[in-house]
Amino acid sequence: MKIDSTKRYEVLRERLGNGDVDRRTFFRLLGFAGMAAGVSGGVMTGLSRRALAAGTELHFEGWGGVVSEALRKHAFDPYEKKTGNTVIDATFGGEAEVLTKVRAAGSTDGHNILHSSGVSWYKRWVDAGYGTELNLANIPNVDNVMDSIMAPFRAITPDSLSAVPYDYGTTGIAYNTEHVSREQAEKLGADLLLAKELKGKIGGWGGDWANRAWYGALQSGQDPNDIEDWDAVWDKVREHRSLVLKYWSSGAELMDLLAKGEIWVTEAWSGRVAALQAQGHPIGYLDPKNGLAWMESMFVLKGSPMAEAEELLNFMLDPQTAIAVAEGQKYPPSLDPQKVAMTPVIEKLPAYDPTGKLAGLVFRDPDKWNPVEKQQRKAWNRIKKGA
Amino acid sequence: MAQAREIDPRPWYLLSPALLAIALLVVVPMSFILVYSFYENIDLGLDAPAFQFGNWRELLTDGYYHDAIWKTFRLSAIVTVLAAVLGYVPAYFIANTRFRHKWLLLLLLILPFWVSFIIRTLSWIHIMGNQGAINGLLLWLGVIDEPLPMMFNEFAVIVGFIHVFLPYMILNVYVSLEGIDRNLEPAARTLGCTPWQAFLEVTLPLSLPGLAAGCLLVFVLTAGSYVTPLILGGPDDFLFGNLIYDAVLSELNWPMGATLSFALLVLLGVVVVVYSRFMRLNQLSKAFG
Repeated sequence: MKIDSTKRYEVLRERLGNGDVDRRTFFRLLGFAGMAAGVSGGVMTGLSRRALAAGTELHFEGWGGVVSEALRKHAFDPYEKKTGNTVIDATFGGEAEVLTKVRAAGSTDGHNILHSSGVSWYKRWVDAGYGTELNLANIPNVDNVMDSIMAPFRAITPDSLSAVPYDYGTTGIAYNTEHVSREQAEKLGADLLLAKELKGKIGGWGGDWANRAWYGALQSGQDPNDIEDWDAVWDKVREHRSLVLKYWSSGAELMDLLAKGEIWVTEAWSGRVAALQAQGHPIGYLDPKNGLAWMESMFVLKGSPMAEAEELLNFMLDPQTAIAVAEGQKYPPSLDPQKVAMTPVIEKLPAYDPTGKLAGLVFRDPDKWNPVEKQQRKAWNRIKKGA
Repeated sequence: MAQAREIDPRPWYLLSPALLAIALLVVVPMSFILVYSFYENIDLGLDAPAFQFGNWRELLTDGYYHDAIWKTFRLSAIVTVLAAVLGYVPAYFIANTRFRHKWLLLLLLILPFWVSFIIRTLSWIHIMGNQGAINGLLLWLGVIDEPLPMMFNEFAVIVGFIHVFLPYMILNVYVSLEGIDRNLEPAARTLGCTPWQAFLEVTLPLSLPGLAAGCLLVFVLTAGSYVTPLILGGPDDFLFGNLIYDAVLSELNWPMGATLSFALLVLLGVVVVVYSRFMRLNQLSKAFG
């Protein structure tokens, strides 16, 4: 009978335990086994054989926490089982991190599919030359995706797509209902983040300048998609900073701060708040007037194995998979509710639009936001540090 | 005329692998970074090769960067002094204990290194947070009515740094103390010293090289950090490393990030040179026996 190295080691260890071999002999045999493994390639040879037999590897990077858990459980595991391909998923703090890695390495090796945020980043990836041309014939489930969510991506790359829209949500205001009433939250709206009596109990997302500026615009009475007075925006941001305990930098940190009562009020991602509510935490959620909405896509980077990537995207957009993921990550799927029947759980998610038109949500206009990004992002990084 | 002494090449042969590694892994990458600092950032993530001094001019003339340098050196000095005070006692204890299994104490010292640095840092939220162990206990005992604000401020950052870097200090001091002849303190006692005097006038001066090495290590490691303030600090708590993080990862301005990185290297290099002048760096070798 042929036995593998692990089994051989277990047998040897058992013999040691039974007193059949002494410790010195055990370690000598182990040493010889190590040498033999080293000479023959050992573990690496075994792994490479397994890798060759296992099909294609797809590297996925996303937002971590409940979002990653939902994708792993409802999309990647079933996909791997069905196809024999492997999805290696990792977490990022933001896409700038991935862009930095890709640029530093000079290649996209190890990076295939990103859970990309917003149209702005879609444009950035495409403009930087990392886009691909998806063959939508291999992704028939894309026909179920809302036209309204496809349109902004098609406007950037009319001839082809490098990504498929996957979900959407809002960045509203989360508040601890034990300390802030619903009436107070609704009355103050975006100004709840500037409530002086809550000083030291207010948080904010530190990772995105545009999110901060969006709320600064609302608080200074401006249309976020048509900001004319940036000084007024940053003045409001400075006011907010003076009240902040902590700028959080990831969804997991946001949930931890809210769940532990470290902060009572912060802007927050709708799905993360829904996850906290599902866990029984006393957290309310408010989308203020002109609150920020966003859409996320699955972006396929240049150099990826396209057939397998398209196969994965099609699998992820399958209504059964997409709805299961949406229920897990608490963000509505990009599927059109007029074409695909949604579950009661989806229908209750924050930001969910039963019409499929997304007309009630306000998205960031890349034509307005991208041109000022270099200057205003720098301004935000300084203001965040007290400048 | 005295004949010139022949240079023994053997030390150079022995050092050559280390020198080669340093050249390839430090000197060459830092040279690239220096060259990149003269490039121009056109737009987010878009740099153009150039030879211009705009980034260096900004660094030298903008008070924003000078404040960050001041904050970095101030915080590093605080952490170093506290680590020296807090680290000397356990190092002294380990060096002088009659416990048979001293290796066990040293193992306990390096045990935290087996856990991820990030997780060790995050653990403080569960200890000092509003619902953490300390506040939970004090509230339960009725000592306080509401949680003490211990997190997301400079105090938390200092605690986080000391937690992570204290083993470096203890190990350096311990090695130095281990090298001291154990007969010296009793000899000083027989000459009329009190135990405290014997420590102050014999043991402490002889252990200074180890203490100096530990201080240098802790200072440099703290000054080069950015994750601890990010996790444990509030909006006011940042170091120069956080500015580099912003430039590279947020603003995607690699030339400015390269400028700041190289500047930090130079500043810390100056610290090491000045320190070696005052503390006589060659003495540090004594710390390692």
